[in-house]
Amino acid sequence: MKNLGEMLLRQDSFSEIVLGNTALARAMIESGTEVVTSYPGSPTPEIASALLSVPGEKRPFYFEFSTNEKVATEVACGASLNGHPSCVFFKSVGLNVAADSFVQLSLLELEGGLVAVLGDDPGANSSQNEQDNRHFARMAYIPVLEPSSPSEAYRYYLEAMALSRRKKMPVILRMTTHVCHGKEKVAFGAWKGGAVSTESRFDTSGGPMVPLTAAALEMKRRALARLSLAGCEMDSPAFCEVRKGTDSSRGVITAGLPFRSLLDVLEDSRRTPDILKLGVVYPLPEKAVEEFLRAHDQVKILEELDDVLEKDIKALAFDRGIRVTIVGKADDDDRIGEYTPDKVAEVLAKTWPDMVPLRGAKRQPSLAPRPPQMCPGCGHRSAFHAIRQALSKEDITVADIGCHVLGYLPPYEMGEVLLSMGHSTGTGAGLSLFNGARKVVSFIGDSTFFHAGLPGIVNAVFNNHNLTLIVMENGTTAMTGHQDHPGAGRNANGPSEAIPVRGVLEGLGVKSIREVDAYSQGKLIELVKEAMAEEGFSVVIARHPCMLKYTREQQRNPDYVRKSVEVNQETCDRLHVCVESFGCPSFQRDEDGGVNVSRELCIGDGSCVQTCPVKAIGLRKENRGGEKA
Amino acid sequence: MKRFDIYMSGVGGQGIGLLSEAVIRAADHAGLSVCGVDTHGLAQRGGMVESFVRIGGEVTTPLVRKGSASLILALERTEALRAVEAYAASGGVLLYFDTLWQPLDVRLGKADAVSAEDVEEVCRRLNVRHMAEKRDLPDVRMQNVALLSRAAKEGLIPGVEMEHYRKALEDLLPERVLAENLEVLEG
Ligand code: SF4
Ligand code: SF4
Repeated sequence: MKNLGEMLLRQDSFSEIVLGNTALARAMIESGTEVVTSYPGSPTPEIASALLSVPGEKRPFYFEFSTNEKVATEVACGASLNGHPSCVFFKSVGLNVAADSFVQLSLLELEGGLVAVLGDDPGANSSQNEQDNRHFARMAYIPVLEPSSPSEAYRYYLEAMALSRRKKMPVILRMTTHVCHGKEKVAFGAWKGGAVSTESRFDTSGGPMVPLTAAALEMKRRALARLSLAGCEMDSPAFCEVRKGTDSSRGVITAGLPFRSLLDVLEDSRRTPDILKLGVVYPLPEKAVEEFLRAHDQVKILEELDDVLEKDIKALAFDRGIRVTIVGKADDDDRIGEYTPDKVAEVLAKTWPDMVPLRGAKRQPSLAPRPPQMCPGCGHRSAFHAIRQALSKEDITVADIGCHVLGYLPPYEMGEVLLSMGHSTGTGAGLSLFNGARKVVSFIGDSTFFHAGLPGIVNAVFNNHNLTLIVMENGTTAMTGHQDHPGAGRNANGPSEAIPVRGVLEGLGVKSIREVDAYSQGKLIELVKEAMAEEGFSVVIARHPCMLKYTREQQRNPDYVRKSVEVNQETCDRLHVCVESFGCPSFQRDEDGGVNVSRELCIGDGSCVQTCPVKAIGLRKENRGGEKA
Repeated sequence: MKRFDIYMSGVGGQGIGLLSEAVIRAADHAGLSVCGVDTHGLAQRGGMVESFVRIGGEVTTPLVRKGSASLILALERTEALRAVEAYAASGGVLLYFDTLWQPLDVRLGKADAVSAEDVEEVCRRLNVRHMAEKRDLPDVRMQNVALLSRAAKEGLIPGVEMEHYRKALEDLLPERVLAENLEVLEG
C-alpha cells in the first residue's frame, strides 16, 4: 500500500493521483504552513486525514481540530500574529460560526500570513444550504482565489500563502465540493524540509491591533488599501486565462468548476465562444475583465450560486462606458444547484441555444430516491424508536446537526425543524413559549454540544425555559468521519482530558439530568416521560457508542467474527414492527410478506430483539455460544 | 484515445470509494490520462453513492453528463437500475453485483423491490449490454473487488489489463488484506 504520510513529506518533486483535499495538504507542507486548524465538515475533512497521516513526531506543522470554526480561526490568527504561516479550513456554513472573528482578520498585521480554505457546497450535497461565501469576502475585505481542479488547488494554495505572507493579510481559497473530492494526477514541486521556527515574532509596533474608537477606522483604511493592492497584483495571466473559441463576437466569463463543465458542454459544438476563466473572483481583476468585455459584443457571465461576478462586471462596464451586452442570470433556477455539465448546458441554452448541441430526450427516473439512513445497530435508531413511544402526537421535536438528524425521515419522523449547529435548545425554548399543551423536545449530538450547544443550554437555565433536551451521546463526531471531540479523551495529537457532558451540564446549573444507554428502550421511555412531566428545563443523556466506528475497529481484529440476528419464521406473526417501525436497514421484506435479515448488513448487536412483540428475533444459530461461523 | 466515461453507483457502506480509486489507478498504470470524483457527505450513511471516472482525452471536468457513460458499474441491483436509467449511453455496458439492499420505500412496503428482470428490461430498452455478477465471497466487503475482477476479465475498460488492476490494489490495500483481495481479483 502506498503510504500517504510518506508521500506528503517527499523532498523531491513527483506526481501522484490525489484528491483535491490531499493536494492542499501537500501545498501546506511545501509552503511552510506551520499551524493548521479546523472543525470537521464536508467537503473538507480529508485535508485533515491527509495531514494526520503524517506521524506526530514527523509533522512539520501543528494541527488541531478546534471546538468550533470560530475558535479554529482565532487559533490560526494568533499563530499568524506570532509569525507562523497558518491555515484554517472548514465547510461553507462554518464561516457563519467563525464570522465574528473572521471579519476582523483583515484589520490586523498577520505577520506569518493566513490562508482560509473554505469548502463551499453548491448543490447542498452535505449541508443545510448552498450559501455563497464570496459574499463574506466582500464584507471582510479578503481576496478570494478559486481553483477549478485539484492541480489548481495545489498551485493556488501556494500562491495564496505567498501573497498572504507578503502582504500580511488573510487570503481565502474557495473550494467547492467536487474540487475538494476530484481526483487527478497532480505534479508536485520539491520540498526542502525544515522544522517549525520557535522564534516569537508577536509585535505590536506594526499596529494598532485593537480596533477601538478611531483605530478601527484607521485599520479599515489599511485593510482596504491592502485589498486593492493585492487585487492589482492578481490581475495577471496567472489568474486570468483566456481561451479562444470559434465565434469571436461572443464570450463567457466564468470561474471554478463551472469552467470545466463549460469545456465539457462545448466539446461537440461547432460554434464556441471565447472564454475568460478567472482564478481570482474577489476583488474583480478589472484589467483582464475590461479587455475581454471590449473585445466582444455579447458576454455571458457563467457563475454558480449568486450573481457576485455579474454585479461587479456590470458595474465595471457601466463605469467605464463599455458597449457590450452582458448576460447574467436568466431566472432563479440559475442561482440554484451545482453547475454540473448538464446544468451548464441548460443555463447556456437559455442564452445561446445554437452553441449547445442537442441531447436525447431527458431520462425519467422510475425509482424513488434512496435517502441516507442511520447505520445498522446505530444507537440513535434505538433511541428514536423508544422516544417516539414516550411522546404524544402533538409534541414538537427539534433536530440539530449530526447523524441523528436522519431521524426526521420515516419511520421515526423525529426532529421537525433544523437551523444550524447547536440551535436546538434555543429554537426549542422559543417553541415552548405560550405553548402549554404541546411539549417540546430538542435533540443534540455530543460534538455539537461542545461546538455551539452550550449557550442555548445556559439560556434555558438562565431564563427558566420549559423543555426537554435529549443529548444523543455517541463519543465521536460521526457524520463527518469520526473525528475526536472534547468529550472523547483524545485530540488530533494524542490523549487529552475528556470533558464529561454530564459534568458540564451540572456546572451550567442544570438540575434535572437523567442518563441511560440508548439500547435500553424501556428505561429510556420511562426517563423521557419523567423528564417531560417536570416543569422547567430537563436533560436526558441517551448514550451509545457510534456503531459504525465501533464495528470498523472490531473488524481490524483478526479474530473478529461477524454476527447477525435472524427472524424465526415459525414464531414471526408478520407484524412488521422490525422493518416498518424500528426500521433497521438489515431487515428485508420477502415477496410473500415475511421478513428476513441481511447478513451483509446486520452487525448482530441485538438492539432490535426487544422490539419484536412476539419475540421472533434472535441471534443466528451459528453465532450463539461464541463458536466461529 | 477517445474519452471513455464510467459511472459507478452503490449504497453507502459498499466500498465504492475503493472501486473507483482502483479503476483510476489501474488506468494510470496503463498509461492513460484519467480523472474522477466521488460523492461523499450524508450519502455515506446508507444512501445512494456515486462516482465518476473519465479515462483518456483532455481532462475537463470529472462529472459526466446524463446518458453518456459507456460503462456503468453498480454494486447493488436497485442502484444498477437507477444508474442505467440516468447515465448509460446507448450501446454502453452495465455490469452490476447482484445483491439487494432494499431501499426505505421497499422496506416500508410502499414499493416493490427491483428484480433482475426489471434491470434486464430497462437495459434492453436503452440498448445497453447487461451483465450481472454473483459470487460467494469470504467477506461481503469484497463485492467491490469481485466486480472489478469481472470488469478486468471481460476487458470492459479499453486499454486496461489485469496487471494494471493488480498494481492498483497493491497501491491501495494494506498488507493484511491484500493477498485475499488479489485472490478474489484474479480467481
Ligand atoms: S455513523 Fe455512527 S452515529 Fe452515525 S448513523 Fe452510523 S452508527 Fe449512527
Ligand atoms: S442486530 Fe442486526 S437487525 Fe438487529 S438492529 Fe442490529 S444490525 Fe439491525
